Amino acid sequence: MAADTTDAVTDDPAHPPTSFGVSNEKMGMWAFIGSECLFFGTLIATYLIYLGRTGDGPTPGEIFDIPFTSVSTFILLMSSLGMVLALSAIQDGDMRRFRTWTLATALMGAVFLSGQIYEFTVFVAEGMTLQASPFSSAFFVLTGFHGVHVFVGVLMLGATWAASFGGRLTPRHSAAVENVGLYWHFVDIVWIVLFTAIYLIPAE
Amino acid sequence: MAADTDTDTEHDAEHGHGNHPSPGQYVEIGVILAVVTAVEVALFFADIPRQVTVPSLLALTAVKFVLVALWFMHLRFDAKLLRRLFYGGLALAAVIYSVVLAITLL
Repeated sequence: MAADTTDAVTDDPAHPPTSFGVSNEKMGMWAFIGSECLFFGTLIATYLIYLGRTGDGPTPGEIFDIPFTSVSTFILLMSSLGMVLALSAIQDGDMRRFRTWTLATALMGAVFLSGQIYEFTVFVAEGMTLQASPFSSAFFVLTGFHGVHVFVGVLMLGATWAASFGGRLTPRHSAAVENVGLYWHFVDIVWIVLFTAIYLIPAE
Repeated sequence: MAADTDTDTEHDAEHGHGNHPSPGQYVEIGVILAVVTAVEVALFFADIPRQVTVPSLLALTAVKFVLVALWFMHLRFDAKLLRRLFYGGLALAAVIYSVVLAITLL
């Protein structure tokens, strides 16, 4: 099994030698992730600056449901575990285990998204709309963009899962799965920061 | 045989897909992440001064961030170049935050 995996990697036609010693796809994904750090860094800075400007709208302490968001956070965190187990499975050549973990990861992402949509609906019903205050605008833009990233990740996972059935994704293409995983873990890592910055550190 | 193994290891290290953790190690990291998250939430609800909870929460968040980046994203095992790309992005994000904060406070 181990020999098969090694062969799959070294003989992969999609993984030619490069001057940097890293595949172009992986290099591109990390460059993208580096740029995304800037993107979310800017949004987080904006949110923290507007944190105290709630105007007549609800304050963070009044509106956030920490137990609910904690469960969502736990689910997203565990989806990252599912992703690495899916990668490990395809690197071992076990496509059945790969499909199971990929589907589980996508489903956990979808559950997180559903929770975010529910949370947004409750907030709007309680008067915290996009235009209610600078704080609410910054909150919805920041968490909304993160949600869009999760949605794109779920689509990528779904496409990866579907491709594994038609023979278009085999253990020889585990590098492609690793790149999808890098994106997914980045989305998770951003939420780790957002959960603390937005929900757990309360405004005085 | 030994030479072949060394060559494979060098190739893997060079190309950044070798020595990844085992599924068991991934599960161990996942359990640690879950426990740290539980501690964070407990800190939020505990009747502890803000001067203690805020630094504690920031430290626990950093632990989770580092665990996911180093183990799940394989930065601990991959080429240094990838680490530099990621740390470069983080450093630039910190600079942007500092500049925006400074402009706001002035």
